[in-house]
Amino acid sequence: MATILTVDDSTSMRQMVSFTLKQSGFDVVEAADGAEGLQKAKSGKFNLIITDVNMPKMDGITLVRELRALPAYKFAPILLLTTEAGMDKKKEGKEAGATGWLVKPFNPDQLLSTIKKVLG
Amino acid sequence: MTTTAQAVDLQTDYGVSADVENQYLTFILNDEEYGVDILRVQEIRGWESVTSVPNAPEYLKGVINIRGTIVPIVDLRMRFGMDNLEYGPITVVIVLKVIGDNRERVMGIVVDTVSDTYDVPEDSIKPAPDFGDKIEVAFVKGLATVNEKMLILLDIDKLLNSGELNILD
Amino acid sequence: MGIDLSQFHATFLEESFEGLDVMESSLLNLDAGDSDSETVNTIFRSAHSIKGGSATFGFDNVAKFTHVLETLLDEVRSEEREVTQSIVNALLESVDCVRSMLEAQRDESDYDEAQVKSVQDRLEAILGNSGSVAEETVDEVVSSGSTNNSEGWLIDFKPHLNMIQTGNDPVRIIREIKSLGLLEVKTSFDKLPDLSEMNAEDCYLSWEIELYSDVDESVVREIFEWVEDECDLVISPLSSEIKTEETSPVEEMLTATEVAPVQTQQNPEPVVEPEIKKAVKKRTKPVGENASIRVGIDKVDELINLVGELVITQSMLGEMGRNFDPSNIEKMMDGLAQLERHTRELQESVMRIRMLPISFAFNRFPRLVHDLSSKLGKKIELKLSGEATELDKTVMEKIGDPLVHLVRNSLDHGLETPDIRKAAGKPETGVLHLNAYHKGGSIIIEISDDGAGLNKEKIRSKAVSSGLIAEDEILTDEKIYDLIFQPGFSTAEAVSDLSGRGVGMDVVRRNIRELGGAVDIVSKEGEGSKITIRLPLTLAIMDGQLVRVGNETYIIPIVSIIESLQAKKESINKIVDQAEVYKLRDEYINIVRLYEIFDLQPETTDVTNGLLVMVEGEGSKIGLFVDELLGQQQVVIKSLETNYRRIEGVSGATILGDGTVAMILDVPGLVVMSRAKSSVNEDKVA
Repeated sequence: MATILTVDDSTSMRQMVSFTLKQSGFDVVEAADGAEGLQKAKSGKFNLIITDVNMPKMDGITLVRELRALPAYKFAPILLLTTEAGMDKKKEGKEAGATGWLVKPFNPDQLLSTIKKVLG
Repeated sequence: MTTTAQAVDLQTDYGVSADVENQYLTFILNDEEYGVDILRVQEIRGWESVTSVPNAPEYLKGVINIRGTIVPIVDLRMRFGMDNLEYGPITVVIVLKVIGDNRERVMGIVVDTVSDTYDVPEDSIKPAPDFGDKIEVAFVKGLATVNEKMLILLDIDKLLNSGELNILD
Repeated sequence: MGIDLSQFHATFLEESFEGLDVMESSLLNLDAGDSDSETVNTIFRSAHSIKGGSATFGFDNVAKFTHVLETLLDEVRSEEREVTQSIVNALLESVDCVRSMLEAQRDESDYDEAQVKSVQDRLEAILGNSGSVAEETVDEVVSSGSTNNSEGWLIDFKPHLNMIQTGNDPVRIIREIKSLGLLEVKTSFDKLPDLSEMNAEDCYLSWEIELYSDVDESVVREIFEWVEDECDLVISPLSSEIKTEETSPVEEMLTATEVAPVQTQQNPEPVVEPEIKKAVKKRTKPVGENASIRVGIDKVDELINLVGELVITQSMLGEMGRNFDPSNIEKMMDGLAQLERHTRELQESVMRIRMLPISFAFNRFPRLVHDLSSKLGKKIELKLSGEATELDKTVMEKIGDPLVHLVRNSLDHGLETPDIRKAAGKPETGVLHLNAYHKGGSIIIEISDDGAGLNKEKIRSKAVSSGLIAEDEILTDEKIYDLIFQPGFSTAEAVSDLSGRGVGMDVVRRNIRELGGAVDIVSKEGEGSKITIRLPLTLAIMDGQLVRVGNETYIIPIVSIIESLQAKKESINKIVDQAEVYKLRDEYINIVRLYEIFDLQPETTDVTNGLLVMVEGEGSKIGLFVDELLGQQQVVIKSLETNYRRIEGVSGATILGDGTVAMILDVPGLVVMSRAKSSVNEDKVA
């Protein structure tokens, strides 16, 4: 089963994502900011990375850019969690190399269907 | 298992008062019977696989998890330089409380099998002769004869604080 | 799958209250006219998180309110709006409003809706448009595509070369379209270059897809939502008569679909208020104030134990779950998730309690230095830095006495009296510097002085006379300095004659080692000494990467991992027939074969067959060669010293999900070992 890294500075959002994914049988690793996410991504192997945009230490856009620069994550799916106000963030995220996005607020079902989309 | 009756006999034989007699748990190692102070025995477990400890002496088989603490396991045959015996279903690990350097540690020893428990009056313990190079005399508290059997009583504090097991050094 | 979101409410509320506290104290620090700073970002982030969470977890009133708040903050952040005192005031009141709404949620009580309304009105007034912002939350993108009255859609899909580099797989997209109906796909190889020019990372293919389905165009278009900038896409109705009527390029479609972000036009603040400098400090709560930490240590320890147990149980359950009867799996996963949530909660709150800034240990020194220096007739300036560096309370308590000892030693024996200093050409006032910082999973505490330094000859002769070393023993400087930490060294009465330190240094070292730390000293005669203490941040839990070497599982602290990689043959070099190095970008990194260091039977001895985990410790990097990377998990750190002793290269152990023990690697230790290994030949005596 696929291993997913979820990066979010909000504990409750991270828990929600992580709980939902684990219920569906994914292995999930959590990180509380971009820097920790990058660190964990580098030291492991993930089939998918889901990251928030606004985070301390390293934001999601930078994280995507950093990940894309790594051979291991050159083609890996990376999803951004953005808010409806963040149209420009979507663009910015795409330019940084994000695969796609999921608009907040979302519910567990939306999350799962989006993930199924990328993991096939 | 306890042999109180014998203890009474011994007491009359040797005329020793009851408060200087200790109970020993005995076990077999290479056909000899050894005893350790039963108050130091925490539990007896079957042999289970261990996690090896990097660069440890060969007789330190490794460590196991006993209710959340990490406990080192010493193969007593190897410690005494005896031939190895393949571990089998009766191979046991005696988990002991070891005192040394002002602190208590918990360690396990692998022995061939557990034998019995005996009351041994302190007075009946005789100093150990030189065992040659098999077992260092320092680790032996003394010898005792119970039911015409010879017991080698070990000083586990000395034994399990010796050599590489010493925390200082 | 029905997931009850209410289980996350408590966490959300808790973190929101924290966020509000952060907002509040940041706002109190925000000066009028100040806009660039990280402070504004911090405030924005907190509001943003609260908004996102409240929308997700269904607290619509909070979501609406914070949306307005966020809009205003975003303008401040992007410097479209200047910070005025009235804005700060309004923001502070907003914090109160959000807090009251969340408290009402938590306590299932009511809040003052009129108050909230009035503050929201004020925010909107500042924003310059009353009402409209709050109404907009999710503006459903109006689908522009025509509804389907044909047989289906003809999709002309030409990915740009770089499309796969965003992680978007065209095949995945086509598969998704397939879920909508019957497909007929024609693949075009037109753009496929010669094999010699082909770049494996580019996408050369394009597709013409006929989708037979009655879905709306918008549904089809949505599938391409993520790649609209990475492909040329034309979707046209599929009908027997006209196949390609509508050929508008995708860009055009976009401008139609994309709703312009709501522009909040900005009326400059009508009245510029006089600068009232932080007049609003009603609840002055400086960041990092710790006066309220008063928790019985036994209670804390109990919690720590509980956390330890929980983490173990959790990984045990997880293990079971993987080899379990499928019919029960859902139940178990439920329990597991529950358990994990509690674990995390507990852990987080416990950690917060236990971590304290080192200023707690440092703050006694100004007084001590002041008193002692006047007593000793010395002029000493105490410099403190890194006081905010946090460490575990237990570690802090245990390090207090050794620190006092070291500082006293430095004052007593290290730093000289003004006349001696003057004679030596140094400034009369000596400097004692206490510094702390985090490095990897450790905290480093440095005590340095610009005093007389250690006198090697005196230490040497002292050590000889106390029988610690033989007279003719040749020692490196390092080893000579190390002598002062030896138990036998300090007992003699002549110690205070030494310019170096004496009494009880062995005790200092033992205390530090008991905490799993290390201490060493560097010194230069006449110039001063520096003592470096390395301590673990916490004694409880860390994030670990599990690796396999042969049959053994080891744990590498994630904080020390830089990256893991498959070694390329051409990057491996052997220098001086001993050391093996790996060229990573511009660096040469020593390869450490773990199986060699730990004397194990590995699966492979060929570096290119295993993995190199690049780690950093003691200021340098090494590549640990392992057979395989396993999972990552949080591990409870258990001491090996409780019942055994310190093992070189290992910092502790933990208990894995299956109940077995695994060793945690001591990365700084391994770095030192690898350095020692390169000089092993001349140094074998030690």
